Amino acid sequence: MADKIAVEGLNAWFGKTQALHDINMAVPENSITAIIGPSGCGKSTFIRCINRMHEEIRGAYSGGRVVLDGEDVYGSGVDPVLIRRRLGMVFQKPNPFPTMSIKENVVAGIILNRRLGRHEIDETAETYLKRAALWDEVKDQLNKPGISLSGGQQQRLCIARALAVEPEVLLADEPASALDPISTAKIEDLFTDLKERYTIVVVTHNMQQAARISDRTAFFLSGRLIEYGTTDKIFTNPSDKRTEDYITGRFG
Amino acid sequence: MKTDFRYIRRKVFGTMMLGLSLLAALAAVSMLFWILGYTFVKGISAVNLDFFTKLPTPVGVPGGGLANSIVGSIIVVGMAAMMAIPVGIATAIYLSEYGRGAFASTVRFVSDVLAGVPAIVAGIVAYALVVTRMHRFSAFSGSVSLALLMLPIIIRSSEEIFRTVPDTLREASFALGVPKWKTILSIVLKTASGGLVTGTILAIARVGGEAAPLLFTSFSNSFWNFNPGQPIATLPVDLFNYSISPYRDWQQKAWAAALVLVGMVLVLNISARLYLARKGFKRNG
Repeated sequence: MADKIAVEGLNAWFGKTQALHDINMAVPENSITAIIGPSGCGKSTFIRCINRMHEEIRGAYSGGRVVLDGEDVYGSGVDPVLIRRRLGMVFQKPNPFPTMSIKENVVAGIILNRRLGRHEIDETAETYLKRAALWDEVKDQLNKPGISLSGGQQQRLCIARALAVEPEVLLADEPASALDPISTAKIEDLFTDLKERYTIVVVTHNMQQAARISDRTAFFLSGRLIEYGTTDKIFTNPSDKRTEDYITGRFG
Repeated sequence: MKTDFRYIRRKVFGTMMLGLSLLAALAAVSMLFWILGYTFVKGISAVNLDFFTKLPTPVGVPGGGLANSIVGSIIVVGMAAMMAIPVGIATAIYLSEYGRGAFASTVRFVSDVLAGVPAIVAGIVAYALVVTRMHRFSAFSGSVSLALLMLPIIIRSSEEIFRTVPDTLREASFALGVPKWKTILSIVLKTASGGLVTGTILAIARVGGEAAPLLFTSFSNSFWNFNPGQPIATLPVDLFNYSISPYRDWQQKAWAAALVLVGMVLVLNISARLYLARKGFKRNG
């Protein structure tokens, strides 16, 4: 598998506090990469650096390279707004736009950037609701507010909304941590289906989840990448003592 | 079991304090109702169809109304709103979405000071800026003074409302590759719209009853005027002029004007609250 994303010498700061120290890792195309580690280890900061969301936080900045298909995301002349359309993101808490219906939410990323005919809107909404495995549950209530759905449905709506912009990569920041086990299972199944089309990087607190869905796993600790390898290897035969301690529940 | 006297004493003390604070609340509310009731009783006899449809009559001629000053108030406050709302909301957007550092805190500080400026000072400023240059009193100069009073109210209430829009929505929009200006226009403004409308209506209600700044800006007259460059009658100013007049008939009309003014403020307040309630209901599906 070819590398979709190559992170080279990535450092990140919040003001004077350094959150990431010299991260180097490559994410293969059409795979799921899980990022695990205790709270505050820099997992979220790491994926937010990939689509340049980190710099939206006041006082936050970063250094290093994030290469997407050979192009440095931080290169001069790269517009963070445009690059984000190639690097979709799903957040920890479902955040559909409260003023928009289900249908409008799905196409939000498109209609906020260009005009779309009524027919196109309907078609796009259907395509991506299907892709996010939500269509059957909402097809009769597309004009209801997005926030009238349950938490799990809202999260899949947000996934549909992210996919509708046609990104190549899907970054997910603990997408199931606010959801019940059934909704979590649906999101996990969905990710497994989606990796045929997309490259997925998912931050998770839940080690079973990482083991279930990911191809590769990265273990972060105190802003450093401790170990990165195939999920099998990390969970059955980690090379680093700290990784072993973490996955066996001895700390964190 | 031994009786815990300390506990009983605390309970009695707590009940007493609750009673006292209830009493204070009752006193405050009863003053309010007394004002509303007194205005109603004194004013209702002079409120009739003529009051809303006829021009004032000369002293000694019975009948007539204050139709021109009701319309005048709407014109002056309306023009003030047209000036203050766009500037106020745009300033609030700057403060909540962009404003960092010294300039923003200066703007915030100045708007706080402006909020505390006595109404009559806003009148003097409008007098100096507009009246002395136009060489006459005018509806427009009155609007400028009211706009000065509305501006800080709109800025602060709108900024607060923009801050209640969760950052997660801005992030969701950024992550979709939507530029910041578009995010503000399409997501932040839209999500905040209910609160913005409410805050604006309350600001209008707040300045609608001001007489002091209008006394020497929009002045008054007793005929129809729709020209913003000419003096215009307004309810608060007529209320003032009529109430200090020696004529019983005019004093009656002053009470009626007071009642109508209070009624308009009440309607604005209630509609603001209803609007917010309806919005809130819709938002919860």
